[in-house]
Amino acid sequence: MSSTTVKTAYWHGFRDGAPFILMAFPFALLFGVIGTESGLAVSQTIAFSMLVIAGAAQFAALQLMLEDAAIGFVVLGGVVVNLRMLMYSASLVPYIGAAPFWQRALIAYFNFDQTYVASISKYEAEPNLSVAARTAYFFGVASPIVPVWIGSTVVGALVGSAIPEEYGLDFIVPIMFLAMVGPLLKTPAHIAAAVTSVVVALLLVGLPSGTGLLVAALCAMVAGVVVETLQERSA
Amino acid sequence: MSYSNTEIWIIIAVLAVCTYLIRFSFLGLIGDRAMPPLVMRLLRYTPVAVLPGMVAPLVLWPMATDGVFDPARAIAAFCALGGAYMGRNPLWGMVAGGIALYAGLFLTGQL
Repeated sequence: MSSTTVKTAYWHGFRDGAPFILMAFPFALLFGVIGTESGLAVSQTIAFSMLVIAGAAQFAALQLMLEDAAIGFVVLGGVVVNLRMLMYSASLVPYIGAAPFWQRALIAYFNFDQTYVASISKYEAEPNLSVAARTAYFFGVASPIVPVWIGSTVVGALVGSAIPEEYGLDFIVPIMFLAMVGPLLKTPAHIAAAVTSVVVALLLVGLPSGTGLLVAALCAMVAGVVVETLQERSA
Repeated sequence: MSYSNTEIWIIIAVLAVCTYLIRFSFLGLIGDRAMPPLVMRLLRYTPVAVLPGMVAPLVLWPMATDGVFDPARAIAAFCALGGAYMGRNPLWGMVAGGIALYAGLFLTGQL
């Protein structure tokens, strides 16, 4: 394994990760603004983006905090949104499971939607890549995204702590959630899950914040799998 | 929001650790053992199972209007979902929803 192929893989990853900046920038900027507007300290808002690095979970936790949900439910809400990453972690093992421990530990930290999707597509398309080239590619994808994610949160947090409330910012979070959900509705099973989630959440809206949502999420996941299975049988 | 500083730090720390452990799980600890296929299938639906349920009550009963239905916000929500779905990219949803929100708030005198 020559070091030039590893370097090439890193820069290929960098090139493939760069377009995701377009998405990371506004999301993180808004997280910064809304975090501080909602009452988080600037340092807490930045810590959120640095330590959690998961847009949907960060916004989910923030929304539950705005509703004054119990601490356990705030954490659970964020964790459930992130459970899909168990699947990411599992599906990376056949490709980079043989990499050194420190690399796997670092990749775990950077293992979010964009890095995962870009990398797994690369690994599947080029099965002959060495393990070293695969991890280099993964770090390459993360390299342009992570600094922008954290940097825009910092900018947003500083801006947010300077502007007054009253700008309809309360509704930016729901809009971002819907914007994230739209592209996910790609099969009847996904649509069934989303509809189930909405219906159950509305039925249970009287329960303490976060509880109805968890029940709704479980029902929705089951609904998704049921529809998927039915479709497979009829196909 | 009515948490103490310490409580907020606890939330951030616990969520950060849990998120890391989820990402690290198979790569770092469990290794090549397969997860039950049913579990893998259920996990595939987590984002689409959580976010819609979280957003639905906010669309019907917005916090800023103290729970009174607001057509401007409802239309913005529709545009955000529609824009992202049609454009197959969250950015389009943010643009469509954002424009609809501020146009609606302006036209209904809320801005």
